Amino acid sequence: MNRFFDKVIGDPMNRVDGKLKVTGAARYSAEYQLPNISYGVIVSSTIAKGRIRSVDAKAALRSPGVIAVISHENAIRVPGWADNEHPTEPPTGGRPLRAFHNNRVYSNGQPIAIVVADTYERARHAAMLVKIEYDTDKHETNFEANKGKAVVPAVVKKNPKSGLADYERGQAEGYKTAAVKLELEYVHPTEVHNPMELQAITAHWEADDKLIVYDKVQGTKPTQQAFANEWKIPVQNVKVISEFVGGAFGNGLHNWPHETAAIIAAKMVKRPVKLMLTREQMFFMVGYRPYTWQKIGIGADKDGKLTGIYHEAIGQTSSYEEFTESTLQQTRMMYTSPNIGTKYRLLPLDVSTPIWMRGPGEATGAFALESAMDEIAFALNIDPVQFRLMNHTDTDPDKNLPWSTKYLKECIQVGAEKIGWSKRSLKPAGVRSGEWLVGYGMGVGTFGAHRGAAAVRAKLLANGTVVFQSAVTDIGPGTGTAMVQIASEHLGVSPDKITFQLGNSDFPQAPNQGGSATVATVGSAVVATCKAMKEKLLGMAPAADKRFAGLKVEDVTFDKGYLSLSRSPSVKVAFTDLLKKQNLSELDVLQDSKPNQEANKYSKYSFSVHFAEVHVHPATGQVRVKKVVTCADAGTIVNKKTAANQMIGGVTGGIGMALQEEAVMDHRFGRYVTKDFGDYHVPVHADVPPIEVYFVNKPDYIVDPMGTKGLGEIAIIGVAPAITNAIFNATGKRIRELPVTPDKLI
Amino acid sequence: MDKSNLKNQQSGEPRNESRRGFLKQSAVLTGVALTPAVALKAAENQWDEKLAEALEKIPLKLEVNGVSKSLMVEPRVTLLDLLREQLHLTGTKKGCDYGQCGACTVHVNGNRVLSCLTLAVMQDGQKITTIEGLAEGEKLHPMQDAFLKHDGFQCGYCTPGQIMSAIACIREGHADSAEEIREYMSGNICRCGAYPNIVDAIVEVKNGGKKV
Repeated sequence: MNRFFDKVIGDPMNRVDGKLKVTGAARYSAEYQLPNISYGVIVSSTIAKGRIRSVDAKAALRSPGVIAVISHENAIRVPGWADNEHPTEPPTGGRPLRAFHNNRVYSNGQPIAIVVADTYERARHAAMLVKIEYDTDKHETNFEANKGKAVVPAVVKKNPKSGLADYERGQAEGYKTAAVKLELEYVHPTEVHNPMELQAITAHWEADDKLIVYDKVQGTKPTQQAFANEWKIPVQNVKVISEFVGGAFGNGLHNWPHETAAIIAAKMVKRPVKLMLTREQMFFMVGYRPYTWQKIGIGADKDGKLTGIYHEAIGQTSSYEEFTESTLQQTRMMYTSPNIGTKYRLLPLDVSTPIWMRGPGEATGAFALESAMDEIAFALNIDPVQFRLMNHTDTDPDKNLPWSTKYLKECIQVGAEKIGWSKRSLKPAGVRSGEWLVGYGMGVGTFGAHRGAAAVRAKLLANGTVVFQSAVTDIGPGTGTAMVQIASEHLGVSPDKITFQLGNSDFPQAPNQGGSATVATVGSAVVATCKAMKEKLLGMAPAADKRFAGLKVEDVTFDKGYLSLSRSPSVKVAFTDLLKKQNLSELDVLQDSKPNQEANKYSKYSFSVHFAEVHVHPATGQVRVKKVVTCADAGTIVNKKTAANQMIGGVTGGIGMALQEEAVMDHRFGRYVTKDFGDYHVPVHADVPPIEVYFVNKPDYIVDPMGTKGLGEIAIIGVAPAITNAIFNATGKRIRELPVTPDKLI
Repeated sequence: MDKSNLKNQQSGEPRNESRRGFLKQSAVLTGVALTPAVALKAAENQWDEKLAEALEKIPLKLEVNGVSKSLMVEPRVTLLDLLREQLHLTGTKKGCDYGQCGACTVHVNGNRVLSCLTLAVMQDGQKITTIEGLAEGEKLHPMQDAFLKHDGFQCGYCTPGQIMSAIACIREGHADSAEEIREYMSGNICRCGAYPNIVDAIVEVKNGGKKV
């Protein structure tokens, strides 16, 4: 690494787009001013299953300013949907809901019509005047009542080698013969992402076959492809802009029916249509973390060595589209145990389709696994920290491969010290602070260190500034900032001379921002692009100074916009002089990057551990999280400030998961009764204590050239069980059904 | 395929009809003296749109970020939607429309107000400050600087509301401790969870003693 390493990567630099965010200048999807814009408001179903008998739009159409009322009765056909009009058999795993495609109702809150008017108020009022009549069928939305109907996922039926297939190492149910064994059931309710920005799209057909959308999504390229397929137009005729995304946490990883609804409407009214969902609609049509039942059988010998874990999960999905997640993966690899089994099933219900929510699957699975670890440690009378260290594994027992890097033990040691673990009593309800019971708990998190393929363009301009471009989005982690820091280090240009443009499908290929893979994926492409640009610059250098002739990039130092001979630093030339010499106004480099095969010889994961101190009021059942210490082994930390913020955010999400969040459905109607922040509680300022963040900050160059492993998911995975384990330690009460609300503790 | 809901609208027919109906009704309800013949002529000449607008909207004077605005707005328009959709001040964010999230927080005469729960017409003659009105040219307000320094945000969507609320929190005298700040900032949700950094930013501005 060159000497810039310490200065730039790891530097707690302020966000490059921070000023736009604190001045209100950052533009989100509903904030683009297009001429002749119109406003769409969605009318959604009020039954959970059945058929639409009629859509009476007369009153709405008479309402002032209304331009159109569009439903399946009059919507234009989406050409890409025609192919599957009469499928002989439904596609494996179903398919996303098609807006206004037919008269079928699959879930309550499903988009049925869109009202378009010249102002938002007029559209909203007219939407209330649309009368929809239904032929209602009996619906099934109650998970517990239907649990017995869970099925093997279609993806597993199609591919028995799928990671979701039943798994056995040793004997799946080997725990049953253990000296100490427990069988435990855990329930995770439906949780809703609820980013602060409501899902929004502004759709505009610039020509009959040319679409531009300002859309709240986590990937501009996947969205571009999806809409090009839907409308059967060339992919370059679809432009997706997502310059700022007001949080998403996974719900922008899928294209939802409201997006196509707005696009249909824009095509029909021949005007741009802006559509922003209401907070209530956010509960019904843009995904959620699915209700999941889990059972763990866990066994250990008397000395505290695990002898078996059998982990079953049933997750909820919709009747029309299969959603699966990796709930059980960590059980296969986290601890050393001769016998491991997992069994994953799905329960399709008359509800909308779930989607990955931060720490998808793993966060749900970790609640069960890390709770069960705590429970059996208690049964063995062993400290849970010690118990984890005793069952630590130095290689991946699942893939039978060495870890690329793993510093989980170091994380556990630091975390235990910083939370003051030594104050913890092994016996529950052993520590008090006035009226309050004090408890300490911990939970481990892990998530695959993924890296995909991406390309990045860089343009060196005559004034010495460099513009990088990628189609990637930034839903909040500070992608642009991290990329500027990586580019600065790898090109030798100071960060203030670099801009990183993103959120535009015209820019080079990048996958969705998700799965904690963005820095590893796009950052690697930035590194590759910097390398390519350095080679070009070096190729141009001999024309300016012959002493650069015949050299390799490794022989030259690139720093602060200059090339110099590493052996003789006084021999130097400015990047800008090289452009001048060649009469170039800019130097344009486009480079792609993909993971190398060598990495497949290793098992690659990020790890985290979270320690919580909670106070529980025994009379009222009130739980206050007083302090959280969170430690991450996520490889190189590119920006300590934004990385720590991500960890804090994950912990906050975990506090919500543990104590507050639950989408409650009234099964008589198949409709959520919690449908705003008054009923669906998320953590607010008063719920979040000081959170201490520690990073191991040791690079993992097997994953990517920066040495990063990904951070976004491990920030939340394991937090909820850390808190519920602390509640047990405080009270002796083990709550296996989230969230732990006061009523469950009194 | 029945596309009547759209086609009719595009032909203009139902619009005129509805406008005529509207005018007749309005004439009765509001006592505007228009004969049906006049109304019919108005509709044919599409004067009704303008007339309807005059009837549906009422005048409103606001000072927004130091600039006087004379506006015509429908009474049902919230201050939030007025700012975002008519004045194009999109720094003020919509997060729930129910006053539960705080993203729409603005100052009315220096006090924090949830603009989604405020009809614009209720604020006639008042001084509105939005996030766009805090900085003086390139010079950021101390709270904006502190949010930058402490990374008091991630996605940035709740940030304008947090900052407006944070300034008011200090002005109200509710920022004497981190605990008090947490209590009095709890109406502003940050789903990214940057809360501890936001509190740090407010503590710094409070202790810095600069006028907010």
